[in-house]
Amino acid sequence: MSVAATALPVPLSTLRRGARAVVQTVLAETPVIDDALRSTVGQRLVELGFVCGVEIEVVESMWPIGDPLAVRVRGSTFALRRREAAAVMVVPAGVAA
Amino acid sequence: MDTANRRLAELRIALVGVPNCGKTALFNRLTGGRQKVANYPGVTVERKEGHFRDRAGRPYCVLDLPGAYSLSPTTLDEAITRDLVLGRVAGEAPPDVIVCVADATHMPLSLRLVLEVQRLGHPMVVALNRSDLARRRGFRLDAAKLSAVLGVPVFETVAIAPGGADPLIEGLAPYLPRDPDAGMPAAGNGAVCDLAPDRESTERTQQLVPRILAEVGYREPLRTRAATRADAILMHPAAGMLVLAAVLFLVFQAVFSWAEWPMDRIEAGVAALSGWLSGVLPAGALRSLLIDGVIAGLGSVIVFLPQILILFFFILVLEDSGYLPRAAYLLDRLMGNVGLSGRAFIPLLSSFACAIPGIMAARTIPSVRDRIATIMIAPLMTCSARLPVYALLIAAFIPVRRVGPFNLQGLVLFALYAAGVFAALAVAWVMKRFLTKRTYHPLMLELPDYQWPDLRSLAVGLIERARIFLRRVGGIILSLMIVLWFLASYPAPPPGAAGPAIEYSFAGMLGRALHVLFAPIGFNWQIAVALVPGLAAREVAVSALGTVYAMSATDTALESALQPVIASTWSVATGLSLLAWYIFAPQCLSTLAVVKRETQSWRYPLIMAGYLFALAYLASFVTYRMALAFAP
Repeated sequence: MSVAATALPVPLSTLRRGARAVVQTVLAETPVIDDALRSTVGQRLVELGFVCGVEIEVVESMWPIGDPLAVRVRGSTFALRRREAAAVMVVPAGVAA
Repeated sequence: MDTANRRLAELRIALVGVPNCGKTALFNRLTGGRQKVANYPGVTVERKEGHFRDRAGRPYCVLDLPGAYSLSPTTLDEAITRDLVLGRVAGEAPPDVIVCVADATHMPLSLRLVLEVQRLGHPMVVALNRSDLARRRGFRLDAAKLSAVLGVPVFETVAIAPGGADPLIEGLAPYLPRDPDAGMPAAGNGAVCDLAPDRESTERTQQLVPRILAEVGYREPLRTRAATRADAILMHPAAGMLVLAAVLFLVFQAVFSWAEWPMDRIEAGVAALSGWLSGVLPAGALRSLLIDGVIAGLGSVIVFLPQILILFFFILVLEDSGYLPRAAYLLDRLMGNVGLSGRAFIPLLSSFACAIPGIMAARTIPSVRDRIATIMIAPLMTCSARLPVYALLIAAFIPVRRVGPFNLQGLVLFALYAAGVFAALAVAWVMKRFLTKRTYHPLMLELPDYQWPDLRSLAVGLIERARIFLRRVGGIILSLMIVLWFLASYPAPPPGAAGPAIEYSFAGMLGRALHVLFAPIGFNWQIAVALVPGLAAREVAVSALGTVYAMSATDTALESALQPVIASTWSVATGLSLLAWYIFAPQCLSTLAVVKRETQSWRYPLIMAGYLFALAYLASFVTYRMALAFAP
């Protein structure tokens, strides 16, 4: 899959409904979910499949500002809020017809 | 000795899998739906255990662990799953074999968890579930190859088909202890390592996943056109909301109109039974106890079984079909405005059935603050125990009339439910304002593929609900009815007394004492008496009214039918006031006990009882005064 390598990575939260992209990275600093369990949003996003090179698609997004977004990744769909989606840096791959 | 031998010969397996992998269906298939539901010690995560035997009659014990995406937990549920497979739960031996349930149609998530579990070094097998669905989608996962690559046994299963778990059961046989002293055949015990997977190792595992999947012939599912179209409507910001409102409205209409026929039959049956008993039993204390206490009390509650089952039917269907998470997606922002998470939608919807499972379901909310907020408003969702009260009062005070295509009684019921929801949002908003400490809590909610509900799981779920309801009727409600009958019968009236016996009894005295408190909101002393046993379970108030009125009746014809009696003796204002009271209805001790257990403190149950009582009193007061002013 040849994606325009020149395109700059943007946060997933900026994508619109129907947009496709390739994950570049999940930011190192992400909100903590539970102090006692030492879990972070970033760790969970990686577990759900947001890893470098994976293709994603924004399948639905809520009015008025795309919060939350429904994102398809490796055949599963997840609802992410803007704040979670902002932790995923992606390289846009054009908009689906 | 006997039990010790059986323990040793039984193979203990634990089902581990990501949410929505069909784990519960597999559990039901293995155990035939016979399950023991309890809690893990110290926490309120539900523990589901079942037993089954293979064809050779060898026994297995299967534990259904909460769904988990990973062994680095973000919720209490996931923490229990991790602790259990690591053997860290006190009083709970680690399983002999871990059965990792993988969804053949969504392998990446499942396979990552399999790799993580495998690293524990514990004996494990993989159940490749939904393998039929994968084949229908045009690919076949090579189970033998996957087994070779992973180095663990892999079995194809179809949890929803008869015999669909047989390959797994056969595959487990070699793990059975051959004789009590032999121990496990598989190695790996003691090799359990502690793991705190960091980002780096997780990413490394994730790079491994597509390579393994390519080798075994996995094909990523394409989004079907039907699913794409369904999502375009159901998740549409405007159309989706309309559909959600219509779905909820339909559910409440169905609860009323579908249940009519079975309810009439039950009522007729109860009346016939009580008529027959009064014919064969001699007049006296025993006849009074059976007819006025037991039958009048229980009959008035059991009649609501059809409505409760219809409500649960819809909740289970919506849950199974994959619609509920989409509703949570739709409502996330709206609920965020009052400080709730979209995830709270599912516990709150369960609370329409009963606040207790709803409050327990709140543990799937990762953040403590969101969880507390959800727990605190859960009792404002109109639970099915309030349905008997609403149904009785609506039938007595709201005329049967059609308003456009709708039934007026159904509309009033819908309005009562809506009032509860709005009150809940208002309370949540107030709590958000007062609890200033804001931390971030993600949504990150999976929207599973749509699927037809599995009829077997649906039946198992409904039977379980019916059993819980009937057990309550037979246990707590029956004993309260007997106590109430006693209080309402003794002391006996003095000779030559004019009024009904109950007015001279303990219950009569109690009712008159409480009446002082409730008179300003229009409750008579009979209602005040009925509210007391209603503390144990809300629907008991209806049985109690049944008993109180049956005991006050001088004419035996009144005994079986409560609704016409209250329709003719209460004012409309009183009826409406009691309806308003039950929107808030603070009196449910089991809910408060569960809140105490869930929050591990007295603070929240006490605040809850206080605020619900205050709101109930206020709402009833306003309703009563307004009703008097407009329709004296």
